[in-house]
Amino acid sequence: MSAAPSKRPRGRLTIFLGYAAGVGKTYKMLEESQRLKLQGHDVVVGYFESHGRQDTIAKIDGLELIPRRRITYRGLELEEMDIPAILARNPELCAVDEFPHTNVPGTERRKRWEDVMVLLDAGISVLTTMNIQHLESLNDQVREISKVQVRETIPDWVVKQADEVILADLPPRALLNRLQRGVIYGHEKAQQALENFFKESTLSALREMALRQVAHEVDVRQAEAAGDSYPALRDSVSEAVADAEPSERILIHITESPATAALIRRGRRVADYLKAECFAVCVLPPSASDDLSKTVRASIQRHLEFARGLRIETRILEGDDPAETLLDFTRRNGVTQIFLSKPPKAAAPVLGRRNFVMDVVRLAKDRQVTVVADRRRVSAT
Amino acid sequence: MADIEQRRPTPEHLLQQVEEEENRASRGRLKIFLGYASGVGKSFRMFDEGRRRRSRGGDVVVAATQPTEPDEVQKLLCDLEVIPSRVVDGVPAIDVEQVLRRHPQVCLIDGLAYRNPPGSNHAERWQDVEDLLAAGISVVTSINLQYVKERQAQVETIRGKVVQDSVPEEFIRAADEIELVDAPPEYCTPGSAGADAATLSLQQHQLSQLREIALVLAADVVDHQLEAYLKRQGIEQVYGAQERILVCLTPPSNASLMIRRGRRQADLFYGDLYAVYVQQNGLNAADQLTIDQNLAAARAANAHVEILTGEDPIGCILQFAHGHGITQIFIGHTQQGGGWLSRWKVNPVERLIMESDGIDVRIFPTEAAVQ
Repeated sequence: MSAAPSKRPRGRLTIFLGYAAGVGKTYKMLEESQRLKLQGHDVVVGYFESHGRQDTIAKIDGLELIPRRRITYRGLELEEMDIPAILARNPELCAVDEFPHTNVPGTERRKRWEDVMVLLDAGISVLTTMNIQHLESLNDQVREISKVQVRETIPDWVVKQADEVILADLPPRALLNRLQRGVIYGHEKAQQALENFFKESTLSALREMALRQVAHEVDVRQAEAAGDSYPALRDSVSEAVADAEPSERILIHITESPATAALIRRGRRVADYLKAECFAVCVLPPSASDDLSKTVRASIQRHLEFARGLRIETRILEGDDPAETLLDFTRRNGVTQIFLSKPPKAAAPVLGRRNFVMDVVRLAKDRQVTVVADRRRVSAT
Repeated sequence: MADIEQRRPTPEHLLQQVEEEENRASRGRLKIFLGYASGVGKSFRMFDEGRRRRSRGGDVVVAATQPTEPDEVQKLLCDLEVIPSRVVDGVPAIDVEQVLRRHPQVCLIDGLAYRNPPGSNHAERWQDVEDLLAAGISVVTSINLQYVKERQAQVETIRGKVVQDSVPEEFIRAADEIELVDAPPEYCTPGSAGADAATLSLQQHQLSQLREIALVLAADVVDHQLEAYLKRQGIEQVYGAQERILVCLTPPSNASLMIRRGRRQADLFYGDLYAVYVQQNGLNAADQLTIDQNLAAARAANAHVEILTGEDPIGCILQFAHGHGITQIFIGHTQQGGGWLSRWKVNPVERLIMESDGIDVRIFPTEAAVQ
């Protein structure tokens, strides 16, 4: 390490949150960049995707654009944000479009949000954009509403790090008009989009989720700020409630079942809202290495890793009776609420699982048990 | 979801729908830009929309501007036709007669919450807007959270300021479109560069609270519109966009804990709280008293309370839950071999878990078990 001259404080992160392509996230981000530049701040655009939209292109006028870096991958010429160039340029603020983007293999980091963390660490403030459907913990609800499985997600803890989350709002009707006029996509792609994702009811539901999410983000930041500097300002009602309700500790039960990912997301989301601690625990038979099939072990491992990626502490327990082992752990660790997946309805082969869930429900006479629905299965109908 | 169900509409329903469609077609459309404080840029967004509509060939006029509009808004106004306000005793009012005579497609009104001067047709500006809409003129207008009547008490406790003018929330909910204009709180504190850190921090805190209220208000309006839209389309659909918690009240359950937790979770998720009790015959006096107390507690917690009747309590609860878009059911732990539900062979809680498709079930310990 070189003896760095007095380290710059971490940059500020501002996220412009929308609910679909075309609501004006990028436009708003650039508008804010222009405003900050006008105030005398040193602003550059690190990455920007115009999608050929004239209004947006006009907004970049006068802003310094850092050229993209060319990357050759399997003979293909691809472009990515040029992090080394931005770090060398070292601006005060950098606008970075499409926060959830996955980088081309061969770049230093897999995800654009990881690139943004590097900029923030270097003391560069970042303005960025994302849609509500990219928030990890909402993945299942989004699929339920839109029938679309979103693959590029951002863990909630990354969004929590933002200093500010600003909503880019537009009524669905206006969005649909824009789509029909070909502002958002070319006409052919627009027709496709109109028939699928861009249905008025789907858009309204996503928009509602975005509004509530931003309200939540505002609430969390305001409570933190008030807790720091204005304890007297805390709403007396909510304080009384907070005093009366002891803080919760949530345990998420990890299995090899494909429903586990949804369970983890749901548990994480509830824990975040309740400001509760969160564990993910799996129970294996003693000296499991011999008994468990390779695929089962791999699935459990993947789920544990997924939980850790969402900043959930994980544990592996061993015991002959999984329900007893789990409950014993909850009692010793002061867990107040257990999250389990709903057992599948099918008959014979899964009887064991069904018994496990009901065993926990029956045995957990002194704690709360939340049996989480498999929304994935329902949405398939 | 599995709950999507295309209902065959009845003739009465169809007739009502046709009438509503006709009304909607002849009426102007109302669009409202909602901001949480002045400075977020509502006026700009509104006039910019006017400019865009005009450039696409729309017939747009401006019928009201704010006493002072920022430079970028002034610039937009240069390209728009303005029907000047009537001013009586220094109080501006929309010149409704002029607007009706001119009869544009779209009328822009910056500032919905104004009291009209004496002698006007209506006491409030939003009533003038009603006339324009009825005449088939679409209106695009702007309002600040502090002028929404039902939210004023809340806003006043935060800001310590009282404003006189107001618009009923019902009018805003009935708008065809609402657009929330969101911006960082700094936008709303111009000229505070010289203010000390404590003042700034206090301002930020107040603005954040207003922002949260405005966002939730907009979300509620969107939810309301979504429901109306689905109803018009004849779709009974349950969406998970909003958390809806259902507390099941039974005599042995720890109802007060469930209601408290339900209320808290509903508040944190900006969701709704429901409570149901499935009527039973032959309750002893003590159980009846408990139920009455629990129902009162649920009402006090502002839950939507309903008493259901039916032979099969779990079936009633499930039917209610699926019909109301419930996302989580709270129910008390049932002791095997005892309690009101023991006459069913399958443990009722187990049955609820198995049959509540798409709904989470949260089981609460009985009071005795916690102590």
